[in-house]
Formats: sequence, structure tokens, C-alpha cells
Amino acid sequence: MRQVRIIPVLLLKDGGLYKTVRFGKDNYVGDPINTVKIFNEKEADELVLLDYRATAAKRPPDFKKAAEIAGEAFMPMAFGGGISTLDQAKQVFDGGFEKVVLNSVLFQNLPILEEIGNIYGAQAVVASIDVKKSLLGKQKVYAVSGSKKTDRDPVAWAKTLEKAGAGEIFLNSVDRDGTWEGYDIPLIRAVSAAVKVPVIACGGAGSMADFEKAVREGGASAVAAGSMFVYQRKGMGVLVSFPAQKIKI
Amino acid sequence: MFAIVNYGLGNLSSIRNMCRRIGVTAEITSDPGLIAAADKLILPGVGHFRKGMENLHASGLKTLLDRLVLEEGRPILGICLGAQLMTRHSEEGDTTGLGWVDADTIRFREEGLAGLKVPHMGWGEIAVSAGNPLWAGLPAEPRFYFVHSYHFRFQQAAEVAATARYGYEFACAFRKGNIFGTQFHPEKSHKYGMRVLENFYNFS
Repeated sequence: MRQVRIIPVLLLKDGGLYKTVRFGKDNYVGDPINTVKIFNEKEADELVLLDYRATAAKRPPDFKKAAEIAGEAFMPMAFGGGISTLDQAKQVFDGGFEKVVLNSVLFQNLPILEEIGNIYGAQAVVASIDVKKSLLGKQKVYAVSGSKKTDRDPVAWAKTLEKAGAGEIFLNSVDRDGTWEGYDIPLIRAVSAAVKVPVIACGGAGSMADFEKAVREGGASAVAAGSMFVYQRKGMGVLVSFPAQKIKI
Repeated sequence: MFAIVNYGLGNLSSIRNMCRRIGVTAEITSDPGLIAAADKLILPGVGHFRKGMENLHASGLKTLLDRLVLEEGRPILGICLGAQLMTRHSEEGDTTGLGWVDADTIRFREEGLAGLKVPHMGWGEIAVSAGNPLWAGLPAEPRFYFVHSYHFRFQQAAEVAATARYGYEFACAFRKGNIFGTQFHPEKSHKYGMRVLENFYNFS
């Protein structure tokens, strides 16, 4: 029996936490330090923190704030958003994170996965894939927080990233983000079947049943979500929570 | 005072912060004077075994640690790569280690994993051996966070302090006198991790 990781995803902007819908409109949900302290008490399995506007704003991520947040977390944490060099990745680890999340940089610089892996180990390198339906209705990989379409197919891109040294694939459905409509199971299944490294499913979760589905039907190794952990329910106010139930496979 | 030995690899601030949380002063340092003056040492680390050994050699820390740990009996806790470095050899980079414990570090054997993925990453329950001061006050099967592709392989069961299971059973913690090592990350394992660090603090 193995316990499946359940991972809250926290979005950092201007020192505060926000939650997006379909990677677009964002709402303030609270102070990051307080939020992490609550996840400490609830014993969350792991946290992902993303400076989600850094790449689009063409600025480096907020390392100072990130390190301050990591210092409060007594659980594993990953950080991403705007990281484009080995030196920046190093700052992430020095800041107290276990993993670095890379996305947009990978379209220009695939070898960075291996460069980081050679120093910190492949398990510390998470490749993030943002998937969205293009206007023609085909699912494509998008860069720069889902704003820039590429010609990549999600499954082929996942394989490329694995081969280049990604230790984990963080698979986001942009179309489901913040919708509470459930995960994109066919997408998760296709990617999970194509790679050997763990796949973290993200985008659309609204219940424990969605987590179960992503694991049992989609083959995901771990499940991540945003809204579910920071709102009471869909359309309701902010309430930081973490389920007491576990998923075992 | 704890000295968290900084040899250029890994997640040092999280360890310091958990020490702070349990009321233990801890200094992240590569300064030989500070390290030698510390009551207890923590050898942390996340990363590549060869790089870790290269850094320990190049900084002169290996000589210092050998003296403090082997000759003076200073208590030391290795965490993850820091614990692996205490073994004789690792398959990661085919590198000679510190050789403080009678073990090697080997890659997860795929034939025993029944399709499970490497790295082993996530929370796992461990089975602890009785009488080890590190486990005082812990329940029978406490949960800890693991992130690793390699694990210890011991010649003698006597030095194994805990085992975990990932496809197959492997040693995930050891103790040899003043030398302790955990494959898992106490600093990222909530209350059980705090307990382990407290127990190490109280060890004498």
C-alpha cells in the first residue's frame, strides 16, 4: 500500500496568495505565511508555490518571499514561476525548497533539466506542462502561463521532458483550472501511460472523488489542486483546508 | 548548539527552521571553528553523491568530520544524501564515501519494484527497531517524507535502525554509536520529524 500525495498549489503575487480561473482572472485568498502554517497544522503532504506571473512580466521570481514562505513549511515544497537559469534554480534550493518547477524555459533550454538534475538529483526537477484546447479544438501545450500556444502535443512533450531529465511531470489542464469540474482524466491517462516518472495531476479538482479518479482511472502518481484547498466551496469565501482522508493504492 | 554542516548542497534552511521551532539553536555553517564547537552535528544534503564527496574533500570538511565523529565521538545525524555519504561507497557516480558505517549506497533495484517509479518520492511508514533513542515517543509506524533514488544496503542488521518498504524492504535509518542517519527527511515530516530532531537533541 502506498499513500498518494495530495498537493495544494499556492499562487504567489505581490507577496500575497491568489487563485486563478483558467489561468486568467485571479482573486486574493490570503497571506502565504499564515496559509502555510495552517497546512503545517493539517499536515499537508506537500506544497507547490508558483510565482505565476513572473514569466509574463519578464522578471525573476520573488526569491526573497519564497524563501520566507519555505522557512515556515515543515513539509516538502516545490517552487516555480519565471525560473530560467541554473543559478536561479540554485537559489530555489538554497531557499529551502526540495524541488524546482520549470515550464516556459524548457521550450528554449531543455538541457537545463539535466544540468539541475546532475547537481540536485532528478527527483528535484519538476517539469510543468500547461495544456489547453486550441481554437481548432486540439489539446496543445501552452507556454507563459497558458498564454502562448506551442505546436507541442502533451504526450509527446511529456516524453521529451522525461528523456531530457525531468524527475516528475506536473500536468495542468488550463481549461479546468479553478472550475471544480473534475480533472481531465483522458489527458492524465494518456500522459501517465507514456512516461515512467511520476505524473502530478492538476486542474479542476472539486472533491476527494476527483482525486480518486485521477489516480485510479488516470494513473496519476499524485494529485494537486488550488481552489479546493483555499475556498469553502465553489463560489464561496476563503477557507484554507486539507482533507483528513488518505488515498492508498 | 547544532552545527548544520554546509558543504554546498541541499535544503539547509528548512532544517534550521525546524530546529528553531523546537527551541534548538542551529547554525548553518562551513566554518571549521563553529563546527568543532558544536555539541551536535547535522550532515544534510540533497543532490548527487559524487558532488557531495567532492565538496567535502575540497573544503577540508572531510578531515575535520572524520576527527570529530570518529575520534572524538561527536554525535552526528546524516539526513538523506548526508546519511548516504556516511556509507563506504555509492553507485551514484561510483564514488567512495566516508565509510563510517558498514554499508553501501545502491540504486533501487528495478526488478524488486514491481513497476513502481524511481525516485521513491512521498510519504512512507517506517518500521523502527526497539531501543533506538531517535524513535523515543514515536508511534509504531510513523510516517516520514522520502525523496531518493538510492538507498543503504547494510552488511549487518545490528546497525539498521529502521526499514521502509518501496517495492521491497530497505534500510532507511541507521545508528552506530554516535553516528545516526536517516534516508527520510525529518525536517519535512511534520510532528514526527520534530520528534526525531528533539530526540537527537536529547541524546547523550
